[in-house]
Amino acid sequence: MRAANALVKALEEEGVEVIFGIPGGAILEVYDALYDSSIAHITMRHEQAAVHAADGYARATGKVGVAMTTSGPGATNTVTGIATAYMDSSSIVVLTGQVPRPMIGNDAFQEADITGVTMPITKHNYLVTDPKKLLRIVKEAFYIASTGRPGPVLVDLPKDVTVADIEYNYPKKVELLGYKPNYDGHPKQIEKAAELIMKSERPIILAGGGVKISNASQELLELAETISAFVVTTLLGKGAIPETHPLCLGMIGMHGSKYANYAVQESDLVIAVGCRFSDRTTGKVSAFAPNAKIIHIDIDPAEIGKNVRVDVPIVGDAKRVLTKLKQHIQYKQRKQWEDRVNELRRKYPLKYKNEGFKPQYVVEKICEIFPDAIVTTEVGQNQMWAAQYYKAKYPRQFITSGGLGTMGFGFPAAIGAQIAFPNKTVIDIAGDGSFLMNIQELATCVYYSIPVRVFILNNGFLGMVRQWQQLFYRKRYSATCIGCKDVSFEKIARGFGAVGYTVEKPSEVEDVLKEVKDVDDPVVVDFRVDYQANVYPFVPPGAALNEVIDEEG
Amino acid sequence: MRYTISALVENKPGVLARVASLFRRRGFNIDSLTVGRTEKDEISRMTIVVDGDERVVEQVTKQLNKLIDVIKVSDITDNAVERELCLIKVHAPPEKRSEIVELANIFRARIVDVARDSFIIEVTGDEDKIEAFIDLMRQYGIKELARSGKVAMVRGAKKG
Repeated sequence: MRAANALVKALEEEGVEVIFGIPGGAILEVYDALYDSSIAHITMRHEQAAVHAADGYARATGKVGVAMTTSGPGATNTVTGIATAYMDSSSIVVLTGQVPRPMIGNDAFQEADITGVTMPITKHNYLVTDPKKLLRIVKEAFYIASTGRPGPVLVDLPKDVTVADIEYNYPKKVELLGYKPNYDGHPKQIEKAAELIMKSERPIILAGGGVKISNASQELLELAETISAFVVTTLLGKGAIPETHPLCLGMIGMHGSKYANYAVQESDLVIAVGCRFSDRTTGKVSAFAPNAKIIHIDIDPAEIGKNVRVDVPIVGDAKRVLTKLKQHIQYKQRKQWEDRVNELRRKYPLKYKNEGFKPQYVVEKICEIFPDAIVTTEVGQNQMWAAQYYKAKYPRQFITSGGLGTMGFGFPAAIGAQIAFPNKTVIDIAGDGSFLMNIQELATCVYYSIPVRVFILNNGFLGMVRQWQQLFYRKRYSATCIGCKDVSFEKIARGFGAVGYTVEKPSEVEDVLKEVKDVDDPVVVDFRVDYQANVYPFVPPGAALNEVIDEEG
Repeated sequence: MRYTISALVENKPGVLARVASLFRRRGFNIDSLTVGRTEKDEISRMTIVVDGDERVVEQVTKQLNKLIDVIKVSDITDNAVERELCLIKVHAPPEKRSEIVELANIFRARIVDVARDSFIIEVTGDEDKIEAFIDLMRQYGIKELARSGKVAMVRGAKKG
């Protein structure tokens, strides 16, 4: 069998339903084989977007997302997408074409050493040098991408390898000497954790993206309810438990609510599950939860003790560890702590001055009118307002580029999520700057009738950068005005064949959102919000979580 | 402090690049790195000497373990036989030759090449011994020097 056909058959066996990609010279054989396959292909308009779409698909479904590109520029364009998936532990497999083996290293046309380039941003990568090893490599790639701490795996396919004749025998099992993720937490450590939990008076659970990856939301909720602990989340942990639940305090960190951050600082025990204590989450590390013991549950041993001191480390899968932990704990009411946190909640609510046309108001309305939509975001102020004012109700609802902070991620990720869930509403909460970074995908949406809704909070600036300039650089707005108030996103959308709206006043927001609810076409709504709106509360970089800047100053 | 880390890795192309790239991007400083096949053809052993504190070494070990091609990583700093090989080309005029040969004998070093006015001397041993020998040779004038970097193995029954 032609290796390209064997590859496509292997992808079918892996359960791949869709590939996001762009064809080109070096990958033609595989595209030819794909012509006869049941696997759908979405031709994106830029390879970076193809990888983000595969990433969005993976995050929305929990399956492996697949992207495919040609060699050279096709491959190098995937880099930002791969790095994004790597930082957020998203399981994707990227297949790239490569020049034929005899030409590798000769600077051939469209040759790029993509395995060399992506080494530090993939969980693992392969250059297939022997056609006989192709199928084993594909099997390993999917296994590595989706197990342990998930991540991107790249497989580079020289053109002459894809035309080779090979026998089709797809391996059933993978044996990797150097890769054996540890799923079950150490029983002794779990007992120690239970002891700390039972002794604690003011426990907080910090839920990260790992809770969603391991499908441990139910177990986490049970733990919180059993021990009467409040749950705060990282940005990627949003939706780990419903944010409408009385025990959920929402996101902490740089733009977390004051009450959530204060609660962490006052706690005597932090139970961190599936998170890596990034600087955006902890604030000044030495002042993070100063009176608390820390239990850290994570599948990646390298994350434990990397950023904060940990009292009880547990290496394992969140779901399994929490299930075991449950056997060692009993119901405990913590009335004083509940009262204290609820007092914080009353005293320091999340709020903004609703005068003029505020972006926060738009997000609140989106949340009201589309409570169950899958929401992706771009990066910057739009992302933080979405995180603050859109309440996630289920685990894979809120999709955002946390670690790498990739502007241009949200729109193609929304395309991936929409392909996975054709009957759901999928929304990209965008900024004008971010949307322009992958706006070409409007063509993809229109061509395939992918009805993603892009809601742009248009302030004409690279807003988050402008905010930092206002607060830390004496209002010297160097290079942050991008003039999008003079751009008609409505007309651009129409030019692509999508539906476009411009909204100038808060009074129109609700009507337009309701109007686009049932439109079957891709929709772009340009909300021309106040450019001076800033994201508050704000823990400045290097400050402790309780050293907050407020809107009042 | 300097730590010796022993890593068993798959003998595949690119493994060395992966390890080197990891050290570079995490900002770990490699003092020396050696690699060679083990008793099994498909497995190589890397001996890496890193400079840093305990935290750094813990991270190095954990990050190395995350590489798919790395099979096993051990910190063998206090519990290993460590050896290094060093070749020294030393200035050796006729009147100094017997003196140099004598010193070499004391260190159980071997003279592996003799030219008109120089020797190449091969010396193996732990780091201190090699440093001491190099120091002694300096007075005669070292023309060239090559060190293998450290190889190491855990003592006794335990594998590392």
